[in-house]
Amino acid sequence: MEFDLHMALVILAAALATFATRIGGYILITRMKSIPPRMEAALNAVPAAVLTTLVAPAFFIGGWESKLALIVALFIGLRFTHTWMLVAAWIVVMIWRHSGGL
Amino acid sequence: MDRADFVEGLRGGSAVALASAPFGALFGALAVENGMSLSEAAFMSATVYAGASQMVGIELFGHNVHAWLIVLSILAVNFRHVLYSAALARYIGHFTPVQKFFTFFLLVDPQFAEAVKRGESGRPLTFAWYFGFAIIIYIPWVLISVAGGMLGSFIGDPKAIGLDILLPAYFLGIVLGFRKRDNFLPVALVSAAASVLAYRYVGSPWHVSLGAAAGIVLAALLPLPPQEPDLEADALRSEVHEV
Repeated sequence: MEFDLHMALVILAAALATFATRIGGYILITRMKSIPPRMEAALNAVPAAVLTTLVAPAFFIGGWESKLALIVALFIGLRFTHTWMLVAAWIVVMIWRHSGGL
Repeated sequence: MDRADFVEGLRGGSAVALASAPFGALFGALAVENGMSLSEAAFMSATVYAGASQMVGIELFGHNVHAWLIVLSILAVNFRHVLYSAALARYIGHFTPVQKFFTFFLLVDPQFAEAVKRGESGRPLTFAWYFGFAIIIYIPWVLISVAGGMLGSFIGDPKAIGLDILLPAYFLGIVLGFRKRDNFLPVALVSAAASVLAYRYVGSPWHVSLGAAAGIVLAALLPLPPQEPDLEADALRSEVHEV
């Protein structure tokens, strides 16, 4: 099990960068006395805004089986838990790929 | 540490641990495939501890990209965590500095989502609960990345066994958990459009920061709701995150 020093240093730098992002917002926000309403509205939008950017391009560049799987997962997710979304998306993709398309 | 809160955290986090296990295994497998050793993959999981950016990292390692560009890309992918820690600030003021260190080190996407949900529901966000929730995800994450690295050669093409769809479907689930919030639909649609455009014309991983910025700026510019949003009712209405 070799351990390359250069690789380890890059990983460490990546870890420090990640930790900086994880504490940075807290440091910024605690320097401010109160949160203006518009900033609060912006903060409330953070989870949806960020996480959407991890889904939309995958939908955009994915094949038709991925697009269909995500659409099915979306409708499952409106009614059932996240686990079922994953199961449904996986089943759609597997059926499509192993039947040579629909 | 409140024992009951800690156990409740463990229980909540275990569902996330289970759901993230395939990604940990996939990370290990892809890391080894891209020329990392098992110990390097374990080191990365243990120190960076951020699924999507770990994937970005190994992808770039494999292409012999300059070190500063790898770090910058990981920074871009994780930039959302700046916003997480800012949003979390109102609930963790009572933590000690050491507790805050662990709180931020362990602040991954589902951890943030569940912590905010708990804070908004009006229940106290204790460090015992937070740490229990986090540690039951963190330890398996590191172990499973090693296991994935060892089994890597058997996985073969991740597409053939449908692994590639799980990550976006997983993030989609977390997005849906926030659908009862003010301006959810315009924010999600604008972020989606902006991230796709950025992906196409600027490139990955900048689509994450640019897409998010578009949605957040929109939310700040839209008319404010007449009175304080009823966050408590909002949190109670939306279903419990299982993943």
